[in-house]
Amino acid sequence: MSGDVSWWGLAGSLIMVAAVGVLSFRQRLRLERDLVVAVVRSLAQLLLVGAALGIIVDPDTWIGWSFAWVVGMILFAALTITRRAPQLPGVFGVALVALIASAVAGLGLLFALGIFPVEGRTVVPLAGMVVGNSLAASVVTVRRLVDAVAERRADLEARLALGLPWQQAVRPTVRNVLRTGIAPDVERIKALGIVVLPGAMTGLILAGVDPLDAVRVQLALMYVILGAVTTTATVIALLGTRRLFTDDHRLLPLTRDARDEG
Amino acid sequence: MMRPVALFELEAVTVAGVQRPRLDAVSLSLPSDGITVLEGPSGAGKSTLLRLLNRLEAPTEGTVRYRGEDLTTRDVLAHRREVGMVFQAPVLFPGTVADNLEVARPLDPLDALLERAGLPAAFLTRDAGTLSGGEAQRACLARALGTRPRVLLMDEPTSALDPAASALIEQLARGLAAEGVPIVLVSHDRGQARRLGDRVVEIDEGRLVAA
Repeated sequence: MSGDVSWWGLAGSLIMVAAVGVLSFRQRLRLERDLVVAVVRSLAQLLLVGAALGIIVDPDTWIGWSFAWVVGMILFAALTITRRAPQLPGVFGVALVALIASAVAGLGLLFALGIFPVEGRTVVPLAGMVVGNSLAASVVTVRRLVDAVAERRADLEARLALGLPWQQAVRPTVRNVLRTGIAPDVERIKALGIVVLPGAMTGLILAGVDPLDAVRVQLALMYVILGAVTTTATVIALLGTRRLFTDDHRLLPLTRDARDEG
Repeated sequence: MMRPVALFELEAVTVAGVQRPRLDAVSLSLPSDGITVLEGPSGAGKSTLLRLLNRLEAPTEGTVRYRGEDLTTRDVLAHRREVGMVFQAPVLFPGTVADNLEVARPLDPLDALLERAGLPAAFLTRDAGTLSGGEAQRACLARALGTRPRVLLMDEPTSALDPAASALIEQLARGLAAEGVPIVLVSHDRGQARRLGDRVVEIDEGRLVAA
């Protein structure tokens, strides 16, 4: 197949990385060490995943292992969110629910409508796309949410002081967070094909698939991912805001943003 | 004769802070009429005390009572509608002045509310973002009056205003107190405290200095 990359070909692609290394050294960017770590880690991780996927996609392997992999993926993603967006109290539980919701909705749709068959070959890669995109959306939504609530403390407390329950007081803020969170994804889809040739499609075309077939796969994926990302952001915003208020409708003190600290 | 029930009563109330308590074992009773001024330098704990009264803040230790009733046993949303609050910096929501008054689910006609706060009815259609500081603070007062509060809390309501606008707010506060709405007002301005307060409570470093 024309998509085959030999080991020599892979080694050849490292010439670009070597060029970056030389640039970093000469310009004293001090990125050489990180660059080596990145290359070694990506090689090791992906080769390991590739080998494991080889077992998983084998038609003789029980499909349950694929779903076990997905569960592991979701747990790891929730832990990553907890590490990268710790400013929300109880973020792990919130992230877990959000990821499960988006995975069930996204994969459920892809499989229930028969867009893809439920096979070892499809479950893990598709879950990877859905969970991976949801992971990024979660981190952004948590940070935006906590920042927005902290920034608008005066507005929120003025509403609470009028006797509004926290759910009502926070609604305009949540709406704002969701709108600014989802709009870029919609914009990205608009620009699709003109500026960006998306990954899955590029991969399929490189592997020799007919471009129109590749486009159909890509579009179905994009739409489902948009839905999954929106699901994640919404669940995070709805469950997350609950963690910022007490039972007696007080706004908790917030650590603005862990990134700014220390 | 029985003593009249206090409007608010604090019993050994402490609010924990980062380095030192923001309020330190404060016991105090506030009368149910006129204007009571909580006075002290900034960071003294007077805003914290005020925020306890409508439960935007909760005590770490101690009890706060409202007309003899433990605050924690009262429905917090109903309590906040009964005990209105005006903040230091006027906070107006996006939209017109009328939109702002509507957020409070007002019990009185909007133009009547504006009038009580010293603003003409024509202000209803004004974009809240175009109001001057003094006008915005009066719009906030009108919004707070929408719930027909039986008590009004005012947190440094004039500190962001020029002298003319401040005088107007003081005059409105006096008028409301005379109508029978007791006011608890926070101020760091000793002159204002003397001028306005039927009673002045001095606070410093989270403790009561004089009451």
